[in-house]
Amino acid sequence: MPLSNEELQKFKEKACQIRKDTIDTVYWAGGGHVGGSLSFTEIMVILYYKYLRIDPKNPQWPDRDRVVVSKGHAGVGYAPILADKGYFPKELLKEYNHTGSILGMHLDGNKVPGVDASTGSLGHGLPISVGLALGARLQNKSWLTYCIMGDGECDEGSVWEAAMAAAHYKVTNLITIVDRNRMMIDGPTEEVMRLEPFADKWKAFGWIVKEVDGHDFNALADAIEYAQKEDKAPVVIIAHTIKGKCVDFMEDKYEWHYGGLDSEKVELAKACIDKHYCEM
Amino acid sequence: MAADGLTYTIVDTANMSTAEIYGKVLCDLAEKHNDIVGLSADLAKSTKIGQFAAKFPNRFFNAGIAEQNMFGMAAGLAKSGLTPFVSTFAVFASLRAAEQVRTDICYPNLNVKIIATHAGTSFGQAGTTHHCTEDLAVMRSFANMVVIAPADGIETANAVIAAYEHKGPVYIRINRGFDPFLYEKTDYGFQIGKAVQLRDGTDITIIACGAAAYNAYHAAGILEKEDGLSVRVLNMHTIKPIDEEAIMKAVMETRRIVTFEDHNIYGGLGSAVAEVIVKSGKACAFESVGIPDEFAIIGLPEDLQNYYGFDQNKIIEKVRQIMGKDFEQTEDWEDEV
Repeated sequence: MPLSNEELQKFKEKACQIRKDTIDTVYWAGGGHVGGSLSFTEIMVILYYKYLRIDPKNPQWPDRDRVVVSKGHAGVGYAPILADKGYFPKELLKEYNHTGSILGMHLDGNKVPGVDASTGSLGHGLPISVGLALGARLQNKSWLTYCIMGDGECDEGSVWEAAMAAAHYKVTNLITIVDRNRMMIDGPTEEVMRLEPFADKWKAFGWIVKEVDGHDFNALADAIEYAQKEDKAPVVIIAHTIKGKCVDFMEDKYEWHYGGLDSEKVELAKACIDKHYCEM
Repeated sequence: MAADGLTYTIVDTANMSTAEIYGKVLCDLAEKHNDIVGLSADLAKSTKIGQFAAKFPNRFFNAGIAEQNMFGMAAGLAKSGLTPFVSTFAVFASLRAAEQVRTDICYPNLNVKIIATHAGTSFGQAGTTHHCTEDLAVMRSFANMVVIAPADGIETANAVIAAYEHKGPVYIRINRGFDPFLYEKTDYGFQIGKAVQLRDGTDITIIACGAAAYNAYHAAGILEKEDGLSVRVLNMHTIKPIDEEAIMKAVMETRRIVTFEDHNIYGGLGSAVAEVIVKSGKACAFESVGIPDEFAIIGLPEDLQNYYGFDQNKIIEKVRQIMGKDFEQTEDWEDEV
């Protein structure tokens, strides 16, 4: 179902705020994986503010949907959402990366309420998610597992091991979204280690592929609702995104995979974000 | 008796390989506990978790030859509230998928039980690619992990039941094929982290695990009969947490300790025992026997036990050699006590 104008407006405002919170968090943290945190903002916003069945007051609620952010380095993009949802006080973002803080570069499932798996070692999220989804099915539980992956991590063999297993076991209570921002640490994905034909690879492994503009809430909503209903094969949503989205000097630049921001750059980045949303 | 109520005797398990006993015990446990699920990576037949798969096909997942995904899936299944038993060869469990075991299972302290077969040099003829003389060292270094090397099939039954009852990850390494029976029944008081004293003695203590425990027990009998030696034998089935109390008792009461294991001498049982002795500051003659720092040769497991010094004859030789040394004559021996 298409989003109402009211919903769309709400999500855009939320995405604007989360992006600015991400910029602040990078500043407080003394650096962070900002590029990939800005590319998956719409994906995370629509999941957390529309689809996930969660209760931030009860993070261990047994019937909650599970969320495995396999691109665990995107902590500075993920933590502001968890704080905004009320999993922990927003003030904690100011202690990001500080000694003794619960918030480190990669969000830690043992320490951070709302985080279902300690990720960051790439290629681990999809196998864990397949196990979670199989566990739910075996126990007749209706909760869903959402796995949010980076594209670069699809170089890992374990991703394709899990892709094979998900298709083999017809794991359809799992929704996988790949943030296809086409950039990794050392350069563009197609230069470092070619992923294309990316969709064909997933298809060949027995998955149904939905390719969408990962910054378009309506397109994401359609694809997620399709994946929720599909029961013949696992669905992967390849969300085409721009690394560093909304910040002009970061957009599409692999150099901004990880970076630090001084107060001047923080203001500049926030101005870019505001301008972007005003234009919209 | 095991708290779970399952007990076994040599009569129940006669003519069964150690892995077959594991398969049987897992099936019996799974009858009583719906939360048990099984995983293997195309080694269901060899590891005998296939017995569970045949009996509970809906609760078994073959991951294909893909160990990293298998251990990730096990983590996910455990997170969903189930208790996965995962079986593959020790070399793949501890090395191929080591990071998944560490990060996805041990760090969140998940209830995953790894029953790794073909450990040590028990798959001797398969060669170095299939030997595993490093797993105790690797697994021992993962926080939260319990590491067990049972002496025989009966002890494997106890270890598997105890692993189920323990909350958190457990690694059990068992041998390929048949192990001679050290025990006749399971009711000898097996407890994770508690060594079993097979014989008491005052001259020297042998600490052994896995296949070496049986050999040590029988070697001690011969040493007593032929040499008049009083040899204490500890079956140190749990490498982690190690039984510090039993080790220190041996230090104080026998002053000589020698360890035997089917593992590289670095990082396994010998190292674990040495760590306890050294930090105590108490003097003790100590030697550790296992695979020296090399990749093991190809051969029959019995032959390799001899070659690497932990069959009955080599254990006897080693004890005689240690007893022939004059530790007590060194000048400051008394001062150390």
